[in-house]
Amino acid sequence: MDIRAQVSSVFHLDKCIGCHTCSIACKNLWTDRRGNEYMWWNNVETKPGTGYPTLWEDQEKYHGGWERVGAQLRLKQGGRAGTIGKIFHNPDLPTIDDYYEPFTYKYEDLTNAPAGKDQPTARPISMISGKPMKIEAGPNWDDDLSGSNIYAANDPGVIQLSEEEQQQLFAIEKMVMFHLPRICNHCMNAACVASCPSGAIYKRGEDGIVLINQDKCRGWRMCVSACPYKKTYYGWSSGKSEKCILCFPRQEVGEAPACFHSCVGRIRYLGVLLYDADQIEATALKADGELPAAQREMILDPFDPQVIEAARKAGLAEQVLEAARQSPVYKFVKEWGIALPLHPEFRTLPMLFYVPPLLPLLSVENNGTQKISDDFFTTLERARLPLMYLAGLFAGGNQEEVKAVYRRLIAVRLQRRALSVGDLPEEALSQARELAGLDDDALTAIYRMTSLTRIKERIVIPPMLREQAVEAGMDPEEYKQGMGFGSRKAPKRRW
Amino acid sequence: MADMILFGVFPYVAVALAISVGIYRYGVDRYSWSSQSSQFLESKTLFWGSVPWHYAILLILLAHFLAFLVPSSWGALLGSPLRLVFLEITGMALGITTLIALVILIFRRLGNPRVSAVTSKIDWLLLVALLLQVATGVYIAISLRWGGVWYVHTVSPWLWSLIKLEPQTNYLAGMPGIVQLHAVNGFFLVALFPFSRLVHVVSVPLGYLGRPYQVVVWYRQRSRQN
Repeated sequence: MDIRAQVSSVFHLDKCIGCHTCSIACKNLWTDRRGNEYMWWNNVETKPGTGYPTLWEDQEKYHGGWERVGAQLRLKQGGRAGTIGKIFHNPDLPTIDDYYEPFTYKYEDLTNAPAGKDQPTARPISMISGKPMKIEAGPNWDDDLSGSNIYAANDPGVIQLSEEEQQQLFAIEKMVMFHLPRICNHCMNAACVASCPSGAIYKRGEDGIVLINQDKCRGWRMCVSACPYKKTYYGWSSGKSEKCILCFPRQEVGEAPACFHSCVGRIRYLGVLLYDADQIEATALKADGELPAAQREMILDPFDPQVIEAARKAGLAEQVLEAARQSPVYKFVKEWGIALPLHPEFRTLPMLFYVPPLLPLLSVENNGTQKISDDFFTTLERARLPLMYLAGLFAGGNQEEVKAVYRRLIAVRLQRRALSVGDLPEEALSQARELAGLDDDALTAIYRMTSLTRIKERIVIPPMLREQAVEAGMDPEEYKQGMGFGSRKAPKRRW
Repeated sequence: MADMILFGVFPYVAVALAISVGIYRYGVDRYSWSSQSSQFLESKTLFWGSVPWHYAILLILLAHFLAFLVPSSWGALLGSPLRLVFLEITGMALGITTLIALVILIFRRLGNPRVSAVTSKIDWLLLVALLLQVATGVYIAISLRWGGVWYVHTVSPWLWSLIKLEPQTNYLAGMPGIVQLHAVNGFFLVALFPFSRLVHVVSVPLGYLGRPYQVVVWYRQRSRQN
């Protein structure tokens, strides 16, 4: 057993209001430089929709992630030699048009234009070439189902649905959507790490954060095509690839990552998960539908004395183990089983989990009167989103996984209804509990965690123990002013 | 005197610059070490330029190096007329390939406003020097036949004399001007290497073929390893 700790996350999609505050917090901190304008390490997309970059989920187009070749895992874009062979031109690399051309406006025309009959206008110009351009795409171009016939209808998750299920998604007055905030998943079996010819991308052993060593990156850009989530980005000006760093400089001083901290809907949970790294390959080789369960299997119980013993042997600090016991992510993923990985079939074993959206119930109009739908809350049979669509997103096509989560979420709602209104027969409640497989305490705990907790309970950052980065016995003076965050040279092209 | 400076001194200056500035840049500003790929901004035309360019120039450089390193074996290889003709035709085809590919790449940089925006002055200098190099190379291959053979008796001994620190400029002094230009511009490219994006040529990522897929970096020793 090779126990590792990882800072992992849960995003609760029923709570996401799609406000993009997370994206802006991230952009202001990390990606407002030339060549990075188009990068959104954190982005929020509307589902159904084609996302950013467009159609990123379609691996027939981008060849990202892993595939099974016999009993072996291989990068979908090619093996080691295949990757090196693409170094002069990578056919799987998206271009900036798959994201969008960054733009600004010629504001100085507003004040500098000579006097005339017409109001001066600020024309849009490209932030790459500075030339006037027609704005044809943006980072959330299909926000809130805008242009659904072009975007949402082409969602790879929608195309695989039956005609009937597609009708269910787009029927007038029953149109349904939800928001999907995405950051780097800091995968256990990261495809970007595996694809980097320079070996510049690495996973931090202590907390599992995946980073690109900017001094080692040579701009071969294999990570951009290998990441099935398209969460590594090529800096076209600096010639270096960059990605979400899970705000490690903030975490090292005990602050929540910017996107977590700024989240208006409080949908984001962060905490430590313990897992057995020896199981990575065997788990990633499972069949599509078995992947969510297999990944849960890898995650270890931080209360189990045997696990604690093994973790101590592996050198995990007591503080980290304590953080793992308080981890809300562990509760969501393992204890309650209501959070699932995004597209597990890409086989990177992502460490960001989503609580699928149950969505509010729908009222029906009858002879001019609004009537709330027959059941108090969405039932499995009347789910507003086709279960197959959610299963395609979060369970490798395994509807049972989504059903299990939904039964639990419905049970929580029924329990709250019974408690606060008291118009539900105990029978219905106990039936829901039984279906969910959770007892009353667990349902209360889920309710509490999803609606009442403060930031310290939602975001449990383990001590990052940076002091241990300096090996005992080394001269600390040697590291003075050399540690921590801050590049002494600006991250831009100089030569 | 001019011969001495061009064929006896300049090569040393170029190599000294390449090594010293290369080490300086690698040590002090490793962040800048990049291929500066522009495929992200323009992919289709790049394919027709970059792929033929790289494969052809690598083979041509390989031939230049082999003929310089092991002149006797190279000479023996060309001993049979059939092999000589085959290599001459292959070399010429590769040379013309590099020329066409480079012209494609230059027009791409000129014509595409996005790619122009990420092209610096040193990039243009490099492109002009490379164009001069492949153009003179192809011209030499066409006008001064059987270069594979005469290279062994002229350029090889000159390069070896440079290595032995006894520069014998007479090997080149008697050559046609176009060959002299090709040789001097070759060393100019060596001098340009550490100042330009050319640095990526020494970053051949062969280590990738042998390393495990996942890279995990620890900042403290794990106690079990003690």
